[in-house]
Amino acid sequence: MRIRAQIGMVLNLDKCIGCHTCSVTCKNVWTSRDGVEYAWFNNVETKPGTGYPTDWENQARWKGGWERTKSGKLQPKQGAKWRILANIFANPNMPEIDDYYEPFDFDYDHLKSAPEMEAFPTARPRSKITGERIEKIEKGPNWEEILGGEFSKRSQDYNFEGIQKEIYGEYENTFMMYLPRLCEHCLNPTCVSSCPSGAIYKREEDGIVLIDQEKCRGWRMCVSGCPYKKVYYNWSTGKSEKCTLCYPRIESGNPTVCSETCVGRIRYLGVMLYDADKIEEAANAPETTDLYDAQLGVFLDPNDPAIIEAARADGIPEDWIKAAQESPVWKMAMEWKVAFPLHPEYRTLPMVWYVPPLSPIQNAAEAGSIGMDGDMPDVRNLRIPLRYLANMLTAGDEAPVATALERMLAMRSYMRAKTVDGVNDEAVAARVGLTGAMIEDMYKIMALADYEDRFVIPTTHREQVEDAYDLKGGCGFTDGNGCSSGTSGGSLFGGSKKPLKMPKEVM
Amino acid sequence: MSHLLDRLNFLTPKTLETFSNGHGEVTRENRDWEDTYRNRWRHDKIVRSTHGVNCTGSCSWKIYVKSGIVTWETQQTDYPRTRPDLPNHEPRGCARGASYSWYLYSANRVKNPLVRGRLMKVWRELRERLSPIEAWTRLQSDPVLRASYVETRGKGGFVRATWDEATEIVAAANAYTAKTYGPDRVFGFSPIPAMSMVSYAAGSRYLSLLGGVCMSFYDWYCDLPPASPMTWGEQTDVPESADWYNAGYLLLWGSNVPQTRTPDAHFYTEVRYKGTKSAVICPDYSEAAKFGDVWLNAKQGTDAALAMAFGHVILREFHLDRQTEYFEDYCRRYSDFPMLVRLDETDGRVVPGRFLRADDLDGKLGEANNPEWKTVAYDEVSRGFVAPNGSIGYRWGEDGEWNLEERAGKADTKLKMSLVLEEDHDDVVGVDFPYFGGEAIGQFQTDATHPNVLTRNIPVKRVRTPDGEILVATVFDLFCANYGLDRGLGGDWVTSDFADEMPGTPAWAQKITGVSADKIIHVAREFARNAEKTNGKSMIIIGAAMNHWFHMDMNYRGVINMLVMCGCVGQSGGGWAHYVGQEKLRPQTGWQPLAFALDWNRPPRHMNSTSAWYAHSDQWRYETLAASEILSPTAPAGDWDASLIDYNIRAERMGWLPSAPQLKTNPLEVAKAAKAAGKDIPAYVAEQLKSGDLEMSCQDPDDPANWPRNLFVWRSNLLGSSGKGHEYFLKHLLGTDHGVMGKDLGEEGRQLPREAKWHEEGPRGKLDLLVTIDFRMSTTCVYSDIVLPTASWYEKDDMNTSDMHPFIHPLQAAVDPAYESKSDWEIFKSIARKVQDVAPEILGKETDIVALPILHDTPAEIAQDQVKDWKKGECDLIPGKTAPNFIAVERDYTAIYDRFVALGPLMDTLGNGGKGISWNTQSEIDNLSALNGVHTKGTAAGRPKIETAIDACEVILMLAPETNGEVAVKAWQALEKATGRGHTHLADGEHHNKIRFNDIAAQPRKIISSPTWSGIESEKVSYNAGYTNVHELIPWRTLTGRQQLYQDHLWMRAFGEGFMSYRPPVDLKTVGAEINAEARDGVPHVVLNFITPHQKWGIHSTYTDNLLMLTLNRGGPVIWISENDAKIAGIVDNDWVELYNVNGALTARAVVSQRIKDGTTFMYHAQEKIVNTPGSEKTGKRGGIHNSVTRTVLKPTHMIGGYAQQSYGFNYYGTVGSNRDEFVIVRKMQKVDWLDGEATAKEAAE
Repeated sequence: MRIRAQIGMVLNLDKCIGCHTCSVTCKNVWTSRDGVEYAWFNNVETKPGTGYPTDWENQARWKGGWERTKSGKLQPKQGAKWRILANIFANPNMPEIDDYYEPFDFDYDHLKSAPEMEAFPTARPRSKITGERIEKIEKGPNWEEILGGEFSKRSQDYNFEGIQKEIYGEYENTFMMYLPRLCEHCLNPTCVSSCPSGAIYKREEDGIVLIDQEKCRGWRMCVSGCPYKKVYYNWSTGKSEKCTLCYPRIESGNPTVCSETCVGRIRYLGVMLYDADKIEEAANAPETTDLYDAQLGVFLDPNDPAIIEAARADGIPEDWIKAAQESPVWKMAMEWKVAFPLHPEYRTLPMVWYVPPLSPIQNAAEAGSIGMDGDMPDVRNLRIPLRYLANMLTAGDEAPVATALERMLAMRSYMRAKTVDGVNDEAVAARVGLTGAMIEDMYKIMALADYEDRFVIPTTHREQVEDAYDLKGGCGFTDGNGCSSGTSGGSLFGGSKKPLKMPKEVM
Repeated sequence: MSHLLDRLNFLTPKTLETFSNGHGEVTRENRDWEDTYRNRWRHDKIVRSTHGVNCTGSCSWKIYVKSGIVTWETQQTDYPRTRPDLPNHEPRGCARGASYSWYLYSANRVKNPLVRGRLMKVWRELRERLSPIEAWTRLQSDPVLRASYVETRGKGGFVRATWDEATEIVAAANAYTAKTYGPDRVFGFSPIPAMSMVSYAAGSRYLSLLGGVCMSFYDWYCDLPPASPMTWGEQTDVPESADWYNAGYLLLWGSNVPQTRTPDAHFYTEVRYKGTKSAVICPDYSEAAKFGDVWLNAKQGTDAALAMAFGHVILREFHLDRQTEYFEDYCRRYSDFPMLVRLDETDGRVVPGRFLRADDLDGKLGEANNPEWKTVAYDEVSRGFVAPNGSIGYRWGEDGEWNLEERAGKADTKLKMSLVLEEDHDDVVGVDFPYFGGEAIGQFQTDATHPNVLTRNIPVKRVRTPDGEILVATVFDLFCANYGLDRGLGGDWVTSDFADEMPGTPAWAQKITGVSADKIIHVAREFARNAEKTNGKSMIIIGAAMNHWFHMDMNYRGVINMLVMCGCVGQSGGGWAHYVGQEKLRPQTGWQPLAFALDWNRPPRHMNSTSAWYAHSDQWRYETLAASEILSPTAPAGDWDASLIDYNIRAERMGWLPSAPQLKTNPLEVAKAAKAAGKDIPAYVAEQLKSGDLEMSCQDPDDPANWPRNLFVWRSNLLGSSGKGHEYFLKHLLGTDHGVMGKDLGEEGRQLPREAKWHEEGPRGKLDLLVTIDFRMSTTCVYSDIVLPTASWYEKDDMNTSDMHPFIHPLQAAVDPAYESKSDWEIFKSIARKVQDVAPEILGKETDIVALPILHDTPAEIAQDQVKDWKKGECDLIPGKTAPNFIAVERDYTAIYDRFVALGPLMDTLGNGGKGISWNTQSEIDNLSALNGVHTKGTAAGRPKIETAIDACEVILMLAPETNGEVAVKAWQALEKATGRGHTHLADGEHHNKIRFNDIAAQPRKIISSPTWSGIESEKVSYNAGYTNVHELIPWRTLTGRQQLYQDHLWMRAFGEGFMSYRPPVDLKTVGAEINAEARDGVPHVVLNFITPHQKWGIHSTYTDNLLMLTLNRGGPVIWISENDAKIAGIVDNDWVELYNVNGALTARAVVSQRIKDGTTFMYHAQEKIVNTPGSEKTGKRGGIHNSVTRTVLKPTHMIGGYAQQSYGFNYYGTVGSNRDEFVIVRKMQKVDWLDGEATAKEAAE
């Protein structure tokens, strides 16, 4: 056993309002600069839909993630090391800019500076890459918002696998959900193993996966290797970048930008202890439907005295162990089993998990006879097909998703009995394998969701591995221009510098 | 030092070990590069601010400043916490707000004053030899010079000006206009002060000192639900969003909470886990729909039918077949159900008439004070008629009995709701109710046929009066009949079977709405049963979708009826949660003196914008809706056959609605004439009006003497967002290129108005000067003559409150105003300064005459218990009683600036107050003198300073009961006098709590309970409207003092709205054969109902041009269309399409989606033409905005005044600008023309 601690995330899709605040605050902070205009470390997709980049979930096409070979070996789907190297100069699985979208800007200044015109001026779009006029914008990072586009196009969605989908294209049977996405900071990341430069690593102390901007040589094998398409090539710097789980904030005990700014309050951050020695075995489970359970098997119970002992021995700081015990991620993934990994069949053991959404009753007859008070409907009559959610979260295994939805409905039922009728109905809890006390804990974390219950983040212990006395005094100073490739372009994030104007020139 | 060298040191082994079969490794590689992202995150300071206009969110934000540049923003998470059993407020804020920092340095920022090039050129030439006043006079008196800039509005050609030049033009124009036409020809439009109250006050204070007109917004936006003042005498008061969490059942009705109440949505999504159930009613599968337990996809515009069916079920099962004790008790005490209504008989037909009043009865029930305003009920205790406490007659002229105790005078009462029992009634008579459901057009038609008058049997009592015997019935009995409920009294148009297709039943509603009767019954039962179990914790959240129809009152009253039936209003977790643009300015009574210069002169000039724009953009010249089309078949005899503008003129002259301009003759001149004649001003004006020597401007909006001449637009985008009838604005008000395709009434040969003077030719270009103050280049800016750059919301100090939460918090300058921008406060100061410099050439100390309509919450509100028109000789013209009051106001044009920056003396002499109560505020003035300092010389010597925006904030905070506990106590004491009950306990412990600007800079602060509002701040309940009415027994400010579900005003009865009923959308006749001539040639097209919901990517038009929002949407204007309709018109997703009708045309791309209901197209509100909008094939002009295909249509019932709760108040009552009954032709564009040519090139070609 080799105990590691990771900051994991859970997103409660049942509370997601699809507002994209996470995307915007993330973009402002991290990717509002040349070369990554098209890159959204965090994006939100409307489902059903083909997503961003288009059709990203279709690994038959992109060959992202891992596969288990006939001989039972685990290898990147885009090929073993030699195959990756062979494809360095012509990667057949590489998405192109049009698979994302061509970023644009508008000629805003025209509104002020236009000479007298024959008609009211309008600011027309221009490509941020070529600077050329765009006659018609054909694509964006959120093209299918609120079910935009014909069903025939959106229903190419991979998660319809095994579903008679035609009826879901009818107005009356419409369903919709949002899927916010970011880097999964996987336990078994394909990007790391795909990088020919060895530039990608998973941090020991918190599990955050980073691309070393000095070592990256822009081979982009990580772009194709990542099945979530969450690594982006910066066409300005020639290096790849991705979500950093806001480590500069996490290190200080602050939630990621996307989490703190989530106005739907759907995001949770917490520590998960896991057995790093079990990664390969879990990722290589024979059947894809076994992968969810296999990943549960990697996680370690932070309340188990033996685990606590072993964690201490492996150098896990004491307050990280305490944080693991209070981790909302642990509670939702392990105690209540209402959270699931996104596409476990990619075999990357992702660490950003999702609570599946409830939805209105689909069947009209059923809707007229929903139980009046305590009862809640059968999860199979909810508008979003169970299979659709299972395809997304459990490699198609409906049972765990059904249990999760039933537990959430039971929470509603139990709490209604308590708040409206003044009754503590243990039977409702027992029916779904919970106790009243567990439901009340679920309610506290999932409904009341106080800041300190959503985010349980210990600070990093840099003082233990670095000379903190020097760091304290020297914080902020860098020699020269900090991190750069040796050119004088300022920092990595500088943008293009123009000569300063004198105040008089501005007048 | 580069870490590259470190990396190149191959000799040091870095990988220490690998594990899990190579899937993990331990390495000692240098990670100093990680500092690069750490440095990206670092910043120098965080400043608290927010987003300052037109968003209910009122979210507190952290603005990050790094090396003097604002880099980004994230939400504050430090709100005071709620109770342990409630979720907290953090982190309020949405994607729109998060994208705001883009504006600060973007290419769309207005960086310096801009002036229309042609105007600037002429001005500079004239100014070389003339004074500013002379120059403007010269420019306006030369039609060619004037036309040279007027006709090029909206077509580019701006030049940069200095602040000095730009403000000088403005000052000269304002002074010239005041002198030449009257100060009431200077208009100013700015909405929703709550979000940046000082910025609003800056402009309104300036206008109020000048004598200019402050225009309303809430009614114009059609966000005002007139049903609220009708029912409650309350503009709008609603629960804070946290109170959703106290509900047991939530009905989301046409409100897309996740999309339009983004920061509040979590209370909704989270309360489901508490077991709260929810149904969502909307025609599209919206973001809200996904959170419902059930989705009711009612056809758009048919909500009242659904509400009626819900009510039918609730009445049947909870009031009639079984009497729910809680509901019965609540309705008897808090609704008008027990009040008696006279039944009027004409030619053998009986209809409901006026409420029975004490005045009607022999001996007037002993009531000497206002017996004609005291309604009557039947009392079970005394078995006789009583005038219960609390009706409006008790509010004025006496003290102590204006309350909701179950008493009449000194006697205890128990009022009877129904006379249905054999022993309670004298007779059963057939009473006529109008039925409008059969008059539906197009897709709203059904195959059901019912006559337009339905007679139902009603139990009545016979009452002797001095005028003979009359019949009376209770509101409740009439109400049940109106819902089609069989009470065992026989008759054709009632039923006890939900499956009967009788008007009112679920089966009937199914045909109209498309929602199955089963679902309707189910939801009605759950809603009512929850309310029964929880004492009223069922809540209905509604939004613009319901209120923007011509017959919005029916939708809203249908909803309100359900809530009152179930005892939900005034109960925490229950009630009416209307969220459409109302944004509560919590410290309102502290703000009003500042905003309307009440400290220097009273009253200010307020105008209801809908009527004003209808008249001044000449939309009335195209009116196709005749009063006869909306009149009730049961209307009492009367002169009803008039045009809608005629009704408005009547309302203005009877003192019901305000006017602007007011008199055709300059009021400064009228005052001089009155003085010369040695006469009292009101008497003089009355006499002159009667003789016809003076004329009200409203009678002739097209006469040049009655045009609005100068218009300020600030904190607003009138022409790119809220301007219903956009193309008419362009044609008539601005006088530039437009897309109006219809003909006016004269050209069409239709019936002309009878009271409004008709000019053969509609005027073009009424405005001499359009000035817009903005930080971004909005559509209105592009059309303006002068654009002044304002500070962004991260560059100024101001304050912000909302309905949605109980906190007050600031806007603050994170950095100083960028480029040459200034805050609104500083801008209006600089304009005032210029006026003070420039105006004395022609203006000095002047007497102005302000025409004041009969105002709600004043003793005058009981002016007209009968409708009588002085002009028709039905009564005398008595100012303030049968007509507007005419009040002399002294202005000093030589001291406008001096007054602007000082708190004037009227606060000392007249005190402060609001909503019908007032208090002495001397100690607050003394405190302000100490806090802000006093002026030492000039007109304002000795008065407290209001020089900076922070000074202005302190004035508001000090004067308002919500932010000064000492004032709160005084305010509650003032109310105690009227009610005769104790209320000061609501401000217990707050006496010494005084909130300052620096306090809210540190953390948002919760406000203090005050009688300005009907809810309270407490540790036990969340803010909920009507709470003090129910729990403190303070009457609603209505005629009956109760929640009034029957409206007895003559005009309400004439237009068939005494009771609510389903009224289908009206026929606006905008897609006739002529407009669609091409379609006959086989061009595929489809005619769709045009719906403009509030959008996801902007708050109104703000953010809609923001690159981040455009990227997440589709990069420009789009419309939504169903898959089936798209197929019919041959439209594929992302095709360029054109939408048009007689009002104009717009261009956009189509989003084709299965979630849209066939028959409708959505164009989310306020996507502007400043971005990515091609030319229209139809008009040859730039494709329009969403309002290019709409036109304002007025409703006479919204003009009622002088009648208790139906008396005028600014943004409280009045005409509203509905826009959802509109139809458009949708077709794919054949040729996309960008119309990018310069004017000179075109001229050369010609």
